[in-house]
Order: sequence, then structure tokens, then C-alpha cells
Amino acid sequence: MKFTLSWLKDHLDTEASLDDVVEALTMIGLEVEGVADPGAALKGFRVAKVLTAEKHPNADKLRLLSVDAGLGEPVQVVCGAPNARAGLVGVFAAPGTVIPASGEALSVGTIRGVESRGMMCSERELLLSEEHDGIIELPEDAPVGVSFADWRGGSDPVIEIAITPNRPDCLGVRGIARDLAARGLGRLKPDPVEMIAGTYPNPIPVELRFTAETASACPVFAARVVKGVRNGPSPQWMQDRLKAVGLRPISALVDITNYVSYDRGRPLHVYDATKITGTLHARLGREGERFSALDGKTYAVDPEACVIADDAGVLGLGGIMGGEGSGSTEATTDVLIESAYFDPNRTARTGRRLGINSDARYRFERGVDPAFVLAGLELATRMVIDLCGGEPSEAVMAGQPPVSVRTVDFPLAEVKRLSGLDLPETEVTATLEALGFQVSGFGDTRSVTVPSWRPDVEGKADVVEEVVRIVGLDQVRATPLPRLQSVSQKVLTRVQIRTRRAKRTLAALGLTEAVTWSFVKKTEAEIFGGGAPALALANPISADMSDMRPSLIPGLVAAVRRNVARGFDDVALFEVGQVFAGTRPEDQFTAATAVRRGTAGAAGAGRHWAGSAGAVSVFDAKADALALLDQMGFDVAKAQVVRGAPAWFHPGRSGTIQLGPQTVLGHFGELHPAVLDALDATGPLVAAELLLERIPLPKGKGSKAKPPLAASDLMPVVRDFAFVVEEAVEAAKIVKAAMGASKPLVTDVAVFDVYRGEHVGAGAKSVAIAVTLTPTEKTLTEDDIEAVSKAVVAAVTKATGATLRG
Amino acid sequence: MSDLNSLETEILSAVDAAGDEAALEAVRVAALGKKGSVSDLLKTLGAMSPDERRTRGAAINETKDRVAAAILARRDVLKRAALEARIARETVDVTLPVRPGPLGEGRIHPISQVIDEITAIFADMGFAVAEGPDIETDFYNFTALNFPADHPAREMHDTFFFNPGEDGSRLLLRTHTSPVQIRTMESQRPPIRVVIPGRTYRCDSDATHTPMFHQVEGLVIDRTSHFGHLKWVLEEFLKAFFEVESVKTRFRPSFFPFTEPSMEVDVGCKRSGSEIRIGEGDDWLEILGCGMVHPNVIRNCGLDPDAYQGFAWGMGIDRIAMLKYGMPDLRAFFDADVRWLKHYGFRPLDLPSLYGGLTG
Repeated sequence: MKFTLSWLKDHLDTEASLDDVVEALTMIGLEVEGVADPGAALKGFRVAKVLTAEKHPNADKLRLLSVDAGLGEPVQVVCGAPNARAGLVGVFAAPGTVIPASGEALSVGTIRGVESRGMMCSERELLLSEEHDGIIELPEDAPVGVSFADWRGGSDPVIEIAITPNRPDCLGVRGIARDLAARGLGRLKPDPVEMIAGTYPNPIPVELRFTAETASACPVFAARVVKGVRNGPSPQWMQDRLKAVGLRPISALVDITNYVSYDRGRPLHVYDATKITGTLHARLGREGERFSALDGKTYAVDPEACVIADDAGVLGLGGIMGGEGSGSTEATTDVLIESAYFDPNRTARTGRRLGINSDARYRFERGVDPAFVLAGLELATRMVIDLCGGEPSEAVMAGQPPVSVRTVDFPLAEVKRLSGLDLPETEVTATLEALGFQVSGFGDTRSVTVPSWRPDVEGKADVVEEVVRIVGLDQVRATPLPRLQSVSQKVLTRVQIRTRRAKRTLAALGLTEAVTWSFVKKTEAEIFGGGAPALALANPISADMSDMRPSLIPGLVAAVRRNVARGFDDVALFEVGQVFAGTRPEDQFTAATAVRRGTAGAAGAGRHWAGSAGAVSVFDAKADALALLDQMGFDVAKAQVVRGAPAWFHPGRSGTIQLGPQTVLGHFGELHPAVLDALDATGPLVAAELLLERIPLPKGKGSKAKPPLAASDLMPVVRDFAFVVEEAVEAAKIVKAAMGASKPLVTDVAVFDVYRGEHVGAGAKSVAIAVTLTPTEKTLTEDDIEAVSKAVVAAVTKATGATLRG
Repeated sequence: MSDLNSLETEILSAVDAAGDEAALEAVRVAALGKKGSVSDLLKTLGAMSPDERRTRGAAINETKDRVAAAILARRDVLKRAALEARIARETVDVTLPVRPGPLGEGRIHPISQVIDEITAIFADMGFAVAEGPDIETDFYNFTALNFPADHPAREMHDTFFFNPGEDGSRLLLRTHTSPVQIRTMESQRPPIRVVIPGRTYRCDSDATHTPMFHQVEGLVIDRTSHFGHLKWVLEEFLKAFFEVESVKTRFRPSFFPFTEPSMEVDVGCKRSGSEIRIGEGDDWLEILGCGMVHPNVIRNCGLDPDAYQGFAWGMGIDRIAMLKYGMPDLRAFFDADVRWLKHYGFRPLDLPSLYGGLTG
């Protein structure tokens, strides 16, 4: 909402400076977004007279001017304007002056070999209008040498404020003035609206054609005709104000409606009365109806839209936009002025559906003052008669304004309860009354009647806001919030703790945390098991961000790809964030995902004198997954690692971490080469992904104390074995068999070598394990050790068909 | 006796000539070993007369002792020389670079770090952390928060929608973290003190907006908390978060459907070039929105707004991260450029706490 300072002063009797007004507006909730002083941009421009105008020696269309700008010596200016001629009085810009249209300072130029020491300006160059056919022509008696801004006079600052959706009353200058007056910035000038007595009956019948259910679409429609008007340009003062707030003056009749809209927040419409056929009426639209609107476009109306029609068809969309054919023109002699009330919600829906934004819609959808329907009509009539002449008919009104008197039972203590501010009751009541509320009754609870222009005020809290915002939020003292406990307690839930811990763990493993979009491309979602229609956005911002992610891997792979494109081949990224298996809250999981590419292993990437890093492998991903699991407080030994993972992994180089087939905690491995291709990425690239909610919680125990340490005093003994097994035999099977061979003597089994080659033959491999025996009661004798060794060999052989390598 | 003297001279020169411990040991064995030259002389004593044995024995034993002492001394010298040689041999170029190790490589994203900082501050004030789903219903995102149907305030949210389900209802991506206010009030009795960090979404993308961003919301519901408490909580938070002695704040009336009265908060700052310093200067910077929880919202959660009251606030996590740590561009937060992440990110063990300082 824009207005000028002088416009404000039409309604507010004040001595306050512009700065005071701006400060007060912001502090009462009418946030000032900008103040433009059009005079400021015109400083430095002078009234100047063209003394001579010669043809430019090197150009047919240019002229060489000698200009008297009151600077003593005449100035030579090269000018291309067709109206540049001796004797013309115009506006001169000296070198160094900033030209408003370009925002740049003028410099001394040489045009076709002739020096030009300034410029004669057009209106467009000064942002006064779009006029650029020639330079400005001022009256011949304009005093040469004076500041153009001063000569033009009346520099009227334009203030732009942001109006929150709850304040339709401040979409008119008078509403803003009322707020400022309540704040103590001046006095709201009385401005009674004069009732105009018509001299003849309104010649055009007006009706509301709704059912009881749809009557709220347009509960009241008032109109009157003024005959014999002359519709020329509106007066300069009105044009200046409209231009200042960004409106284009059109004609007196149209300008009056725009003026009242900004002055009072009361949208109106004017029709050429001779173009209305039969009865003017408001109704809902009908399927198939179309109309040509004032914006030059044709719109299809529907049975949801409120339309204004005559017997020949739709003339306009109620509260949104009038029609091209029935509007007033320069030739209009008989005008019909409409002042109606349109349902905010229906207006908003229709406007949104048809994509029409207009000043009228903006106001109606926020709620105009229903009590000002008739007054708005009278005000506009007065202005039409004053500016265009003519003879008014009697006003007619179909329906009744939907004015409902709202009264709030307001305990005065409510101000303190909600705001903490202890105000004298006189200040509370005076503030409310200054805003137009009526306060009645006595005692602790008063009856507060809400003015018709404040649809936002419904209850006690709203009334408190009115008081506090006018009195000043800065009056409220900061009050310490009492502590609930002496020592702060744990506030995080298990998943929240895990989320934080997972991030720190992965960072400590050398990975860098990325935050990627929650939505990915549909094809990416599909590759990773997502892409269900229910998880696709109806209005994605782009096709690359269309579907909720089923996994963090695609987003991280895309991030890796971008880094590779920048020349960083060895990248280790992680993310801990939400993934979506469905739309319900319980379908949202927290994934912790690590992606490594190139040689970015945990030990470091790239070449190094002490040993270069190799390409990342499935085992880097496995190490990340298991480290994460361990840091989540889960005993890694209790997890099964089995071969194979979902289809986006390399089938031979991936694994699943699970408690059982039904309880999968996560996956790790190399990405499938075909998936890398589809993602336009290159490997080597491995990933590990765990779902934090799936990891079982450690068993809750009453005590934080750990069981006693059972460390044996006796030396452990390590014996090595090498088994030759078929290639398909998994190491885990050998380890498991060895571990179980002699409980509790065998305490650890480590695989320290895997060998393939001529010594073991094709299709076989040698797996070497170190078995640790920990005696608890007595030192082991050679015989004891021999017996355990035999048991180990027997167990492994039985489980895997292995033979002991000789 | 000259034979003894010459033998001793010969052995002692052999001791001196021994170049390493092995050669010295050979000399020792040749002289003092079972069949050594000195030992052989001692064996001859048995055949001598007592007088001869006394003088001769004494002389041989003296020679033996001197030889033994010389060997011991020589061994010491050789040992030291060997150690010195080993140390010289083992010397390396310590200026060769080492790998930084995973703790030096890994980084925490500023958003995670700032969420941890926020959590540390509010945990001390007794606030728990609440979270909720990103995919929300119209009810939780709008209706329960007192957004009337068709109200322009809804349109201002640039909502991402999913396609309507069979019943015609449309799910959406939450446009703010406020739905979690409702979910919290539904699941928990007052007194309630929670902060709600999380991802939020709006269908908007330009230089300063991304379709996904992060907000933190705060909610207090009890029987007594008023605007003065809200002001205190926010001022204390801003001081602690920006790690400054004091902050100036300016509360301006505003409008949010779910609070009444509603305020926007500006924080005092100093602008110099592209840098903004909070806690100094005379400029204002809008930093958050807040207000007393609207009676309709309290009522929508099954509580009596005449008995219960409270306040809520919300601010952009990405935004306050930018203000504190100086990142110029929001879009870079989600680009995962490792150069940006290394530069603006935090080390794995940079754990913010109040006892150790948010930034150490």
C-alpha cells in the first residue's frame, strides 16, 4: 500500500515530521517498506532556455543548442529531440547530474565530433512519465536557472507500507490516519460523507439473484446513475497522487473509483449506463459464459464465480474486474456508479482460479468495511458531480450490508495476563476508542464493540493486541522465564541423540556432511525404490525436484558428481536426514548415509609418499556402516552381514546388515554400474545407508554400573590355521565354526590372509585365521592346545568342507 | 717375565684393534676363554714351586685383570659407537608430510552445528526438542493453526502439494515447523516448553529463497507465561547464540494467523559492507516472528485458552547461521561443494555446549 504524505494529511491533522510518521507506522505494525521522495531525484536539474538551435555539422537529425541554464556562459548541448528549438524553455542536466531513468551520472560527451556539455531532458528521463518523443517544454515564463524541483513544487514523499492480511482497513489512507491518530501522532480529521439527494429515480433496475445458500456472495449492491457528465482527464492533483502510488490516470470517472479505493479502501466500479441492457444484477456465473475484461483478456466464468450481469450477459466479475464493453469511456455521458460488497472467500477463490490480481480483489478478499457501501457511493457521486458535472439519480440498494455488530466481553486484566503490561484502565479504554472501538460498562470486564472496518478482531486476544500495539510493545519489560528444574535435564529423544551422534561419527570417519534436497528427480526416486505417485509433488519447482526421496544416496551421488565436475575426484560425503517410504508420519525414517568416491577412504585419499590410497571398495562402505552401528550403541557382533543388497547395489559387491531377514538395518556396497550410468556418475563409488529407527535400543537397565571386568591372569595363546575352501565359502562361516569349536576357550578368531593361486588350485582359496585361546583356570599345556586345535580343524571342516592347508 | 709382558701387550693391542663387539669377543675368548692364552698360562702354575707360583701367579693374575678391564672398557666404547651409528642410520626427514587423518578431513554442516547450538541454549532453559513429519495434512499445517480456508495468508505460503487422494484431500510439504506445535500440544499436557528445528518447504526459488530451508520454532504453554517472558527468552537466546554481551531488540506488531498478538522482531546490528554485526550499531535487522499463541490454536488442541496461555516464535536456521558465520549465499548451503563445506563446516569434535562455549 502506497500513499503520499500530503494525502495522509488530508485525514490526519499533524505537525509530525516524515521521520516521525515513518517510525510510528513501523511501531504500530504498519511496516514501512520504503519512502521515496520524488523531489530528491530532481535535485540538480535546472530550468533552462534554448538560445539558439543550429544543425549539427555531421548529423542531419541532431541539433547544436546553445543553452542558458543561468550558469553565466551559455552551454553547448547536442540534442536529438525533434522539438528542440530556439526559445524553448526546458529542463537542463549539467554533467555530473544523475539521470533518474538510467541511474547514472551524466558525463561530458562528444557526439559526432562535437562536444556536448549537458542534456535537455525528456519526461521519461526524469521518470515523470513515459513521454519520450521530445524534451520537456515548460511555460515560457518559467524562471531560467532555478531548480526544476523547486519550480515544479510540492515534492510529496511517497510512503510504502506492508499491510498484513488482517488489516484491510489500512488499505485506505483514512485507516492509516486513524491508527496514527490513536498512537498520538495527530488528530483524525472529521470527514463526514455528504448524502446526495437524487433528482430523479434511478433508471436502471438493480437486483441480487441468489439462493439463500449463495446469498453471501454479494449481500448488497448499491448504485446510482449520473446523467450528463463530461469524462475528460481528472485534475492534476488527482493524477499526481494516483501516479505517486503507481496508478495510471485514465479518465476522471475511472480515476475517481481508484482514488476512493486508495483513500477509503472502498473499491467501486463505473459503467457507461447506456451500455447496460435491462436489469443490472449480481448472480453466480453459468457454465459456458465468457466475458472480456478490462485487462483485455477473455475469461470463462463458472458457477462458483460471482458475476455482475445485465440481460444481455456477463459484464464483470464481482469484486475482481469489470468488463471491457460496459466500462466508461471518454464518450460516456451517463455513468452508473456501483458500490457493492463481495464475499472475501469467494472473491479470493475466483481470483486465484482465474489468475486475476487487481486492487479490487486485493481489498475485497481481505474484507472491506461493509458499513461503508452506501457512503462510498455518495462519496464517489460527490466527486463525479464536482469533476465531471451531471445530474445524479436517487441511489438504489439491493440487499443489505452484512454488518454484524461484534461485541467482546473484555476483562481489563486480560491485557496484563497476555502481555505482562500493567496499564491504567483509562489508557486501555482511550486507546480502543481512538481506534473506533466502543467501550461500555463498568467494573473489571467491559463490553468492547468492534468497528465495522475491523473484521480481524474477534476475541479478547485481538483486543489486547490493539491496546498493546498502540501503547507500544517497547513498554513491555523482559521477564525471566522461571526454571522448571534446578539442573537442566536431558531433553533429546533417542532418535535425536542418534541423529547427532551419527553425524559426528561419520564426520570423524573423514566424511563431510552435505545437506541435499528432500526431493529428487522421478527417475532417481524410481531407481532407489521410490517414485510412488503418492510421493510425487503436484507442483514441483522443477522436474529435477519432483519426488520425495526414498534414499539419501541419489542426492549424495548428485553432489559427488558436481564435485567431480569441479575437479575433485576423491570425495567422501554423508548426510543424516529424512527419507520417505510413504506419506504417513510413520513412513518417514531417518537415514544415515555415507558415500565415498575415488580413493577417499577413511585413512586419506590420493597419492602419498608413505603409501597411496587405493580405490574405495565395498569394505570401506562396510567399515562405515559397522562403525556407525557401533556408535549407535549396538553390539556389532549381534548383527548379521549377508551378501546382497537392493538392486541399486552391485550384486556381487554389496551386503545387507540385518538382525534377521525381517529386520534389515541397512546396506552397503558398490553402486551398480548401470545405476551409476543412469545417474550420470562415474566410480569407483561406494555407499552405506542405515535407518536409525531400525537399530534396536540397548536393553534398559536400572543401573548405569557395568558388570565387573573378567580379565584372566593367564596368558592367551594364539594359533594360526590355513584352510583351503571352495571359492563360494564365506569367511564368516569359517570364523563362526572356529569360534564355536571350543567354548569358552576360543575368544577371538581373526582372518589374516586370503590367498588364491596355483598353490591352492582353481576354484578354491586359502583362508588363514588366527585363533586366540584364553585360559581362565590354568595355563594350557601343549596337549590342551593340540586338543583345541583339532577341535577347530574338525569344526571348520565340518561346516565348510575345508581342508587344512599343509 | 718378558714373555708375559709381550703377551699382555699383544692382547691389549688386539683389544684396541677390535672394530666391533664380535671381534672383541673373539679377542676375549682367545685371551680369557677356557683355552685362551692367559688361561693357558694360569694352567702352568700347578707345576711350579710354591715360591715361583706366588710371584708368577700374581703377575699372571694382574695381566688377566688388566686384560679383562681393557676388554670391558673397549666394549663400552664399541657399544656407544654402535648406538650412534644406529641412530645415524635411523634418522629420517621429519618434514615429510603426514596425512591429516579422518578427524582432520571430516566436517559437520553449519546447519547441524547451528541446530546443536540452539539445542544447547534452549535445553538450559528447560526446552525439549520436538520434531514432526515433513509431509503434513492441511489440518496441521493450516487449519489447526487458525488459517481460515481461502484466506490470503494461506496463499502467501507458496505451498508444495501432493496430488489429491481418493477422498479429495491433499497432503502437502509443511511450509513451516508450526504443525509440530499442534502435534506437541495434542500429545503432551502443559507445561510445555519445546523447540522444533526442521526442514520446511515453499514453492519459491530465487537468489535469496530456496524451495527447502530450515526453521526453528519455539513453544511455551502453561498458565502464566506472557509477552514479557517471550521477550526475555528471545533476548537471552540472541545474546547466547551470537555470543555477545548484549543485544538490542525491537518488537513490531505484525500478523500471523496462529498468534495474537503477533510480532516481528528486529535485532540491533551494524552493517559494514557485506558484513553484519549483531549486538553493535544502530541499524535494525528483521530476524524472527513471534507472538502469544492464538486462543483458537489452544482451543484446537483441546485446551481452554482462558486457563492456558503461552507464546511461540519461529526463525530461519539457515538465516541465523548466515548472520553468525558470514556465508553470503543461501543456495550454497544445499550445493555440497566440498570447498564450501570445508571452509564453512565444523570439525567433528567441535561440540557446542554452554559450559565450553558454543564456538569453543
